[in-house]
Amino acid sequence: MTQALRSQFPILTPSLAYLDSAATAQMPLAVLDAVRAFETSSRANVKRGVHRLAEAATDAYAAARSDVAAYLGVPPSEIVFTSGCTAALNLVAHSFGALMKPGDAVLLSALEHHSNLVPWQMLAARSGIELRFLDVDAEGRIDLSALETKLDARVKLVSLAHVSNVTGSVLDVASVVATAAKVGARVLLDGAQRAPHGPLDLKTLGVDFYAFGGHKVFAPHGVGVLWARRELLDAMPPFLGGGEMIAQVELAHSTWAAAPAKFEAGTPPIGAAIGLGAACRWLGTLPWAEIAATEARLCQRLLDGLAATPGVRVLGPQSLQARAPVVSFALEGTHPHDICQIMDSAGVALRGGHHCAQPLHKRFDLAGTTRASLALYSDDSDIDAFFAGLSKVRKILL
Amino acid sequence: MSDALYHDAILALAKDRRHAGRLDAPTHSHTSDNPLCGDRVTIDIERASDGTVRRIGHFVRGCVLCQAAAAALAASVEGRGPAAFAAAESALARVLAGQNDPENGVWAAFLPVARHTSRLDCVRLPLVAAKPVFEA
Ligand SMILES: Cc1ncc(COP(=O)(O)O)c(C=O)c1O
Repeated sequence: MTQALRSQFPILTPSLAYLDSAATAQMPLAVLDAVRAFETSSRANVKRGVHRLAEAATDAYAAARSDVAAYLGVPPSEIVFTSGCTAALNLVAHSFGALMKPGDAVLLSALEHHSNLVPWQMLAARSGIELRFLDVDAEGRIDLSALETKLDARVKLVSLAHVSNVTGSVLDVASVVATAAKVGARVLLDGAQRAPHGPLDLKTLGVDFYAFGGHKVFAPHGVGVLWARRELLDAMPPFLGGGEMIAQVELAHSTWAAAPAKFEAGTPPIGAAIGLGAACRWLGTLPWAEIAATEARLCQRLLDGLAATPGVRVLGPQSLQARAPVVSFALEGTHPHDICQIMDSAGVALRGGHHCAQPLHKRFDLAGTTRASLALYSDDSDIDAFFAGLSKVRKILL
Repeated sequence: MSDALYHDAILALAKDRRHAGRLDAPTHSHTSDNPLCGDRVTIDIERASDGTVRRIGHFVRGCVLCQAAAAALAASVEGRGPAAFAAAESALARVLAGQNDPENGVWAAFLPVARHTSRLDCVRLPLVAAKPVFEA
């Protein structure tokens, strides 16, 4: 099964063990072909012309929105295309933030990616919003035991990573949603690291906002998705101003188009969105139970092999329980960049550093870690190459 | 090939702990961070009134390349006057541009780094941290 999947990714040659999918996943032919087809047969701006290419581009862009919506189980009118996950999170911080009053609070956690931290710090500085934080437990999970005590009527939003990009821990969404509901707080999930690992049924999750980027779900860079409940999109003021998000423009003031157009000022990333639509269509056809089993088995191999390596400390759950295949570790006496560099010479692509989660690394008294992350095309040869590379690292550096 | 980066001279420099650690009573001190990776270097010097660097200490939280560059810096400036730092800066700039030059001295070990754009700042960080110290 994996071989059939892998063969759809032209970049995955036998000499490459690509274990950096959490940074950017590779694109299958279905996506590459869709982007190429658009750029070579329908390229034009959207909603701005009546010539045939403009019509074709507008239709293709709308179809991409429908494909993304269908994959997520929501109406297309609730899908906002952004330039990425970061832009989607900033949109909520700005536009939902505009509905908050000084003294209101946002609840975050200590393991958030900087993209789900800095926009809220900026909001706090701008408008006197209080930031509260859930701690992280020794396994690298968000500690939900304090959830109840940190939530009161002042908290208007809980914004958390669905899956940590460092520890791989999966959030107990049902608990968060149930507890937040008691005080009327909305829930935003940063789904950047969850979206690549199988279908999401957003309505069943019960959250209010969901954000992720295209390039981590096998689609192009430069596009992302914000899903939000219709009533929230209607209530929120726009983020960026410009063309295509207006109803009427006078010299001194304007009125807004209905969502999602209200949040899509300017020419959108059309080709990238069409690639994302194709990715969602393709993802919808895959045997996910099998893929999940393979990802879990390979993740277990990583965890077992690392546990057996002297001086290694894994920053994240040791078991596969509520865990995505993202494994970060420190090797005593070595630096992540040196590990990654030597791994590269062994044909293994890893990521080293703080992974845009400095507070989390500080919590574990580490400057950085080395991360191996899997995707649906990962196979045993990748794990073999990883451990061969790790032996080489230990020989050179220790 | 990355292997070329981790050759013996670099590894030996990184293991050279002679100037590792903070000084007890520095006359000048400065810390710099690489925000990309979170690495951090502190440079302490004890400077005589004639400008001679009597002692230098480096405290590095960083990779092998950063450790090695800190050791190379210490070796280049200890016991010398202010011109030695400027000479080290020029030598490193040449080396990271891939220029082989007899004047490169200890910095010649870093020539293979020139081909690794993402690692240039690892080598530069100790000099970035040291610059305010030497210009004070
Ligand atoms: C958990 C998480 N949130 C947010 C982001 C930001 O995504 P992007 O940089 O694609 O906007 C990332 C990816 O780097 C991530 O892993």
